[in-house]
Amino acid sequence: MSKRTDLLLSIADDELILGWRNSEWTGIAPFLEEDVAFSSIAQNEIGHARALYELAAAELGTTADELAFDRKPEEYRCAPLVELRRLEWARTIARHWLYETADEIRLAELKASDDPEIAGIAAKMDREETYHRMHAEMWVDRLLSTGDGRSRLNEAVDELWPYALGVLDDELRPELRRRAEERLGRELPEIEAVPRGAHEVELAELWEEMTMVRRSAPKGAQW
Amino acid sequence: MSAVSEQQVWDALSEIPDPEIPVISLVDLGVIKDVAVENGTVCIDFTPTFMGCPALETMQREMHAKVQGLGAKAEIRVVLDDSWSTDRISPEGREKLRLAGFAPPAPRTAGKLELVQLQGSAYRCPYCGSTDTRLDNLFGPTQCRSIRYCNACRQPFEQFKTI
Repeated sequence: MSKRTDLLLSIADDELILGWRNSEWTGIAPFLEEDVAFSSIAQNEIGHARALYELAAAELGTTADELAFDRKPEEYRCAPLVELRRLEWARTIARHWLYETADEIRLAELKASDDPEIAGIAAKMDREETYHRMHAEMWVDRLLSTGDGRSRLNEAVDELWPYALGVLDDELRPELRRRAEERLGRELPEIEAVPRGAHEVELAELWEEMTMVRRSAPKGAQW
Repeated sequence: MSAVSEQQVWDALSEIPDPEIPVISLVDLGVIKDVAVENGTVCIDFTPTFMGCPALETMQREMHAKVQGLGAKAEIRVVLDDSWSTDRISPEGREKLRLAGFAPPAPRTAGKLELVQLQGSAYRCPYCGSTDTRLDNLFGPTQCRSIRYCNACRQPFEQFKTI
């Protein structure tokens, strides 16, 4: 597999799995606006995953659906940050903000790529991600504005920090640290990143659910 | 049979309503980037709005059907780059959106879009025309819309996101 395909699959898997996790708030978010927001963000992320899988599929001679649903859990290349199941609001916001901050750094690199397909898709994704970032930042503002919110956010960020580092390649991590520390107004622990490919147990559970329909009707279903 | 002309294709495509907001056509929406007729095949460059928009497949199906109606075969190339923007929605399209109760998108800004701009009150209510409006939710019932509230006529409304 080429380096290009490997990169496309890593990002596509991040977006698909995070999209799935975000969609778990559909119907049960703390209030209606957030129910709508996380559902819409999920739809965006899964749309990005589809476009990236299609690019990878063209190179591999397969289809986006096969890449999304027919691989084994251990073959996914997503960062463990997106696999965690944390149906708790402070952790949801902390993950959302850490992921979007990391993703902005990654997208800036990709937009400058010599590969016109990758640069084009990254620029298009970035337009949509702008809204995700504004949403995440709005929540960080809100949580930082009270003592209780601040301590909950900080606790959640500390828990997720090694996972957040794992979203990016080594050379981009210092920039994530700089942005996160500046925003939170404190230092974050020097800690080893949880690397891509080291899957959490939650991924297998998610995969069971996500691929269930596809596995039950491998030849496709008529609705 | 005489070959189909590019103008005929544009005219036919302008009859396809947007699947989610049927008051405007695909041509008004600016998602048809280019039409070329080459050796009897109609080549359409199509730029999706939002990448995860569930209407994209319907749009492509409708385009194939329209071109088939002209007695030709369509080849649709999906262009995934930054070339579609809400700035591509035609002036007629924007007016149709407003009349249907959707506030048309603000123009793309030169710099980075900031939350503070959206929280400001430069956005006009499509019902009463007041700019005394506030952002209720960055996200709405479809990917392309935010929810705002008009303090003047006390009506929530859907605002097209700027992309």
